[in-house]
Amino acid sequence: MDMPEPDGAILARQSEIVARLRALVPSEALIVDEALRRVYECDGLTAYRALPLAVVLPSTTAEVAAVLALCNAEGVKVVPRGAGTSLSGGALPVTDGIVLGTGKLNRILEIDLENRTVTAQPGVTNLAITRAVEHAGFYYAPDPSSQIACTIGGNIAENSGGVHCLKYGLTTNNVLGLELVLPNGEIVRLGGKHLGSDGYDLMGVITGSEGLLGVVTEVTVRILQKPETARAVLIGFPSVEQGGSCVAAIIADGIIPGGLEMMDRPAINAAEDFVGAGYPREAGSLLICELDGPAAEVDQLVETVASIARQHGATFLKVSESEEERLRFWAGRKNAFPAVGRISPDYYCMDGTIPRSQLAHVLQRMRAMSEHYGLAVANVFHAGDGNLHPLIMYDANRPGELERAEAFGAEILKLCVEVGGVLTGEHGVGVEKRDLMPEMFTEADLAQQQRLKCAFDPAQILNPGKVFPRLHRCAELGRMHIHKGAIPFPDLPRF
Amino acid sequence: MREVFEPTSLDELEQVVRWAVAEEAPLEVIGRGSKRGLGRPVDARAELRLARMSGIDMYEPDELVMSAAAGTPLIEIEAMLAERHQELAFEPADYGVVLGGPANLQSIGGVFACNLAGPRRIKAGAARDHILGVQCVTGHGETIKAGGRVMKNVTGYDLPKLLAGSYGTLAVMSRITFKVLPAATDRATLLLSGGDMTKLLTALRRAMGSSCEVSAAAVLPERATARSAVPEVAGAGRALAALRVEGTATSVGYRLDALMRVVARPAGLEAIRLGADATRRLWREIRDVRLVDALAPLLWRVTCAPTDAAAVAARAAPLDPEILFDWSGGLVWLALGHVPADAGCGQIRAGLAPGAGHATLVRAPEELRRIVPPMHPEPVLLEGLTRRVKQGFDPKGVLNPGRLAAAI
Repeated sequence: MDMPEPDGAILARQSEIVARLRALVPSEALIVDEALRRVYECDGLTAYRALPLAVVLPSTTAEVAAVLALCNAEGVKVVPRGAGTSLSGGALPVTDGIVLGTGKLNRILEIDLENRTVTAQPGVTNLAITRAVEHAGFYYAPDPSSQIACTIGGNIAENSGGVHCLKYGLTTNNVLGLELVLPNGEIVRLGGKHLGSDGYDLMGVITGSEGLLGVVTEVTVRILQKPETARAVLIGFPSVEQGGSCVAAIIADGIIPGGLEMMDRPAINAAEDFVGAGYPREAGSLLICELDGPAAEVDQLVETVASIARQHGATFLKVSESEEERLRFWAGRKNAFPAVGRISPDYYCMDGTIPRSQLAHVLQRMRAMSEHYGLAVANVFHAGDGNLHPLIMYDANRPGELERAEAFGAEILKLCVEVGGVLTGEHGVGVEKRDLMPEMFTEADLAQQQRLKCAFDPAQILNPGKVFPRLHRCAELGRMHIHKGAIPFPDLPRF
Repeated sequence: MREVFEPTSLDELEQVVRWAVAEEAPLEVIGRGSKRGLGRPVDARAELRLARMSGIDMYEPDELVMSAAAGTPLIEIEAMLAERHQELAFEPADYGVVLGGPANLQSIGGVFACNLAGPRRIKAGAARDHILGVQCVTGHGETIKAGGRVMKNVTGYDLPKLLAGSYGTLAVMSRITFKVLPAATDRATLLLSGGDMTKLLTALRRAMGSSCEVSAAAVLPERATARSAVPEVAGAGRALAALRVEGTATSVGYRLDALMRVVARPAGLEAIRLGADATRRLWREIRDVRLVDALAPLLWRVTCAPTDAAAVAARAAPLDPEILFDWSGGLVWLALGHVPADAGCGQIRAGLAPGAGHATLVRAPEELRRIVPPMHPEPVLLEGLTRRVKQGFDPKGVLNPGRLAAAI
C-alpha cells in the first residue's frame, strides 16, 4: 500500500511549522516530542504506521479554524483523529502533515429532553451520550462495538453502525445538526434541532466522508426513549443456509427485529470457548434475534419468530427470560472479535456488505478461498442488513502470512462486489480498501466524488491518501470534455 | 415554444444533457411535473421530462429493497409494495393539489429529488434516509452511479443523500434504489382535546418522549378540524391533538392505553380513539396539507425545534394564517389568504434565528417567487459552499438553474 510521496519542503520546515502552530494553541495542546507523537502513529488498523510532524489538540472551534487556515495556507496536510479506533486506517498519519485530534473537545454542550436532542463536541464518546441521558430513560441508538472508546465525531466521519441499525438506522439517520470547519478555516453550521432543511444535504455527505471534507466541531443527535422491553431469541441451525432462509422469512413476515445477528460454526465455538454464553457448539449457524418495543408486542413477536425458526429447521431455540439472560446471549457475539483473537495470534477483520440472499454462496466461496490461502476464517454477520465480518486468522510472525491474509481479504471484498454488495458496510475505506475502489466504481464515478471533495477542500490538505486510489488536481477534474455540436441526437423523441 | 425532451433510455438522457452542456442551454428538469411550482421559477431553453423512463427494475421484499426508473409513478410503486404488505416508511406527501395540479401524479424521482416526507418523518426519517443508490447523469454529461442496493454501505461519499433534496440541480437521476419496509397491520389515532394550543403541543412532545412509539403527532387548530372529512375530527368544534400508533392490533391497543396513562390523563385532556380507516384518512389529509385552505394564495412550511412551534405561530399571527402543526410541532404550515408585498417573510422567515429552522414558501404566484426566495436563504459562507458543490456537478449551470436559489 503506497501513500502519497511526502513533500520534502514541508518536512524540512517542521520546526517553523511547529512554531507557527504554537502561536495558535496553548502549549499543552501541541505535541512535538517524538516519543509522544508515536502514540498517534496508527489507529485500529495497526499494520500501517507513520509518524506525523506534530499533533495538535485544539479545545475550541476557533482553534480548529486557526490551525486549519494555517495548514491550508502553508500546504501542510491534516489528518483528523477522534479516538483512533478506525479499522480501515482512516486516522493513519502522514509524515509530512499534522494530526488534529479532538481529544480536548470533549464536552456535552446541551441536553434537551423536550426536543429529544443532545449537542456535544466531537471528542465525546458514543457511550457518554447515552450515559448523559439514561437517567430520563433515553439513549442514543447507533452502538458500534467500540462505543466505550469511539467518539461521536469519529462516528460522523465513518457513519458508524452497530447491531441495532436495521431498525434504528446508522449515524446518518440519527444526526440532526453539525458545525463544520472547512480547510480554509471557514465555519459553517448545518441543520440544528429541526428536521429537514432547504438546500443541499451536506450533512448527509459529511457523514461517512472519513475526514476528507472538513473537521466537525459540534454534533446534535436525536435521542430515543428506551424500548419498554427487549428479549432475545437464540436459534441454532444445522447449516448456514437454513439460518439465512430463517432470516429472510422473519423479515418477509413483516418483522424488523431490534438486532439480528448470525455467526458461523468457527465463530460460535471461539465465542463459546471465551465467554461460555451457552451457544450450541454443534450448530452450523447461530442466530441472535432481539425483539424490542412495548411488552405486549414483544411477547407476540417472540412467539412468531420461534415458530418461523422451527419451520426452518431450528435444532436449538432459547428465549431470554430475564435481562441477565438477554445480556448473556449477547456476550458471546459482542466478544466474538477478542474470542477469535484468543485462538489466533492475529486476525484481520473484513467488512463487506452483500445482498442477504447471497450469504450461503459467499460463505461457500469463502471456504474454498480459506483452503487456497491456508488460513482459517470465522464469520459474524449483521444478518438483518447484510453486513459481513469475516475474521481471517493469521500469524504476523510467520513470513508472508500478513500478505496472504490481505490477499484473502481483498478477494472476499471483490466477491462481495461481484454478488451485488459493497466493499465496506461500516468500517470505512480508509487506506485499507482504497485500492479496491475501482472494483466498485468507474473512473467517472470516482472523478465525481473527487469533485465534491474539491468543493470543500480545493488544496486537498485533509486526510490525503485515503479513500481514493488516485489523486487528481482539482483543476484537472473541473475540465469539461464536451464540445459544442459534437454530439447529435437525431433519434430523440421531442414534443 | 420551448422544446420538451422525453428520453426513453439512459443513452437518450445522456444525449440531452450533453447537448445542453455543449449549447450551454439551461434545462428545466422534471419527473412528471407535480411539484413544478415549488421553488424559484426556472428560466430554461428546454424541458427535460423523465416520465418515459419508467418501470420497477427490481423488488426483493425479503431484502427490503426496490429499484425503479426515476419517472416511475409513485402510485405504481405503492401498489406493488402494498401487494406484499410493504411501504415507503417515510410516507411521501403528495403536494399535487396544493400546488394547483392533480393528485397522484408524482414520480419516484420527484419524491426523492424534493425529499418531502409525511407525518411519519418524526419516527422513520425523510426520503433521504431511505435512498440507497442512484444512477444519474451529471452536468458534466457523464453517467455515474453511487451507493448500492444494500442497507449498510460506507464505500465512498454518500452522493445519493446529496441528490435527495437537490431538486435536480446537481444531476438528473435516472434510476433510484431504495429501502422499503413492512407496513403495519393495524393503526389507530388518539384525539385529545380540552386544552389550549400550548397544552396540546406539550402533549405531543410528551408522547414523543415516551416509549409508546408514536408514528405521527399533530395539532389541528379549530379551523383545521373543520376542513377534515373525518366526522370525529370535523365535529370536534375545538382544537385537537392527534397521536398515531401503528403496529399489530395487540400492540396498538396496548400503546393507546399507555398514552392515556402518560399523556392524556396527567394533562387533564379528553380523549377519543379513531379506528384504522379514519386514521388512514386523517393522516392523508395532514400529509397532503388538506387541512388548511387549499386555495389560499400563499402557503408557508416552517421547520423548527418542536418547542418553538407556538412561537412560530405567534409571530405569524398578525397575518391571520390558517395553521397546522405536524411532526410534534417541528413542522408548522401557515396558509395566508392575502398576499403581503414580502409574502409574509418579515413575520415568518425573519423571526427564525440562524440554525433555528427553515421557512419555505411552498405556494405563491410565479412573479412573487422570483422576488421572494421560496427556499430558505443560506448564510453567506454556506451559500459559497453550496455554490462550489453545484459547480462541481454542473459547471455550466444547465440543470434547473435558479430553482433552489437565484445563484445556484
